[in-house]
Amino acid sequence: MKGSNRVTTPSLTFFKGVTDGIPICLGYLSVSFTFGMMATEGGLPVWIAVLISMTNMTSAGQFAGMALILNGGSYFELAITTFIINLRYMLMSLSLSQKLDPLMNMLERCAISFGNTDEIFAVAMQQEGKINGAYFSGLMSMPYLGWAAGTLIGATATNLLPLSLRTALGIAIYGMFLAIIIPPARKLKPVFYTIVISVVLSCIFRWTPFLNQFSSGWVIIICAVIASSCMAVRYPVDTDEEQIQNTEEAGA
Amino acid sequence: MNYPRILFCIFLMALVTYLLRMLPIAVFRKKIHNRFFQSFLTYIPYAVLAAMTFPEVLYSTSNGEVTIASFTTALCGFLVALLLAYRGKGLLTVALGSVAVVFLVGLVVPYFPFFI
Repeated sequence: MKGSNRVTTPSLTFFKGVTDGIPICLGYLSVSFTFGMMATEGGLPVWIAVLISMTNMTSAGQFAGMALILNGGSYFELAITTFIINLRYMLMSLSLSQKLDPLMNMLERCAISFGNTDEIFAVAMQQEGKINGAYFSGLMSMPYLGWAAGTLIGATATNLLPLSLRTALGIAIYGMFLAIIIPPARKLKPVFYTIVISVVLSCIFRWTPFLNQFSSGWVIIICAVIASSCMAVRYPVDTDEEQIQNTEEAGA
Repeated sequence: MNYPRILFCIFLMALVTYLLRMLPIAVFRKKIHNRFFQSFLTYIPYAVLAAMTFPEVLYSTSNGEVTIASFTTALCGFLVALLLAYRGKGLLTVALGSVAVVFLVGLVVPYFPFFI
């Protein structure tokens, strides 16, 4: 009965999810490696570092949270900091909720929402058609393992890598972000403009006195909401097709 | 180590993060028909990732203290990542390509005194 009602693209299987998740997994290895290293350098035991990664699965939030744990921050401070840094996930989950197969039940929805990280979200959103539980759970499985394994390796092998290489790994996550946003920006003008507006605002917040007092979590929210609102007014998407109007080739 | 405190901290972080991710997915089960809002949500992924990336990427290779040298290595890594991404290379190629460039430029930079 369910089969005929599915609006999901049949090609979005669990296995396709696993395959699509492998590059994210490998990218995560390098980022969580850094997290594990910093955790043990800060004095946390290995199992605590791995526990944080396995229960949180969020890069910036974990780094900030760990700093507060080590520096004796209050519970309130920790909750508020995590909330602000990770508030963007509400926007992402809201966006993902519109892309999910309407037939997915509550349990499936609650289960997959745990894995809605920046990269997994972005890859899921780039698929054609509705996303089902099988595909999304496949997609989140490898990055989850990579995130945990990277933390474990980083935490146990702190001094294995020279400082120069450890420093270089810091840029890995931004490389992943660029790999996600640049190709669509090349093809779709509105996406290109969205990125430009968001980046300009983000630079203003970073380099203007007074404005640079805002925490990074708020800055991300403010920039993203302004940029997306401008583009939603200027280039509304076709309601039926859910496709961004491809007016002209972006001049990127 | 004050384990009860640390474990409660981890629980708190995990709870806040999970609720932020779960609530919108659990609550908005119906299609949103407002055209503006639909469009807004289409652009959100790109806007969020763009704001997270720049200019933060320029500070990503500093070990606590931002120097001209760390800024230079990050800028080179960023430009190479941009180029690789523009050419449509995959997630991993772009990430590791930028790491490799930062590493290599980091080896060379100390030989240029004006960077220190």
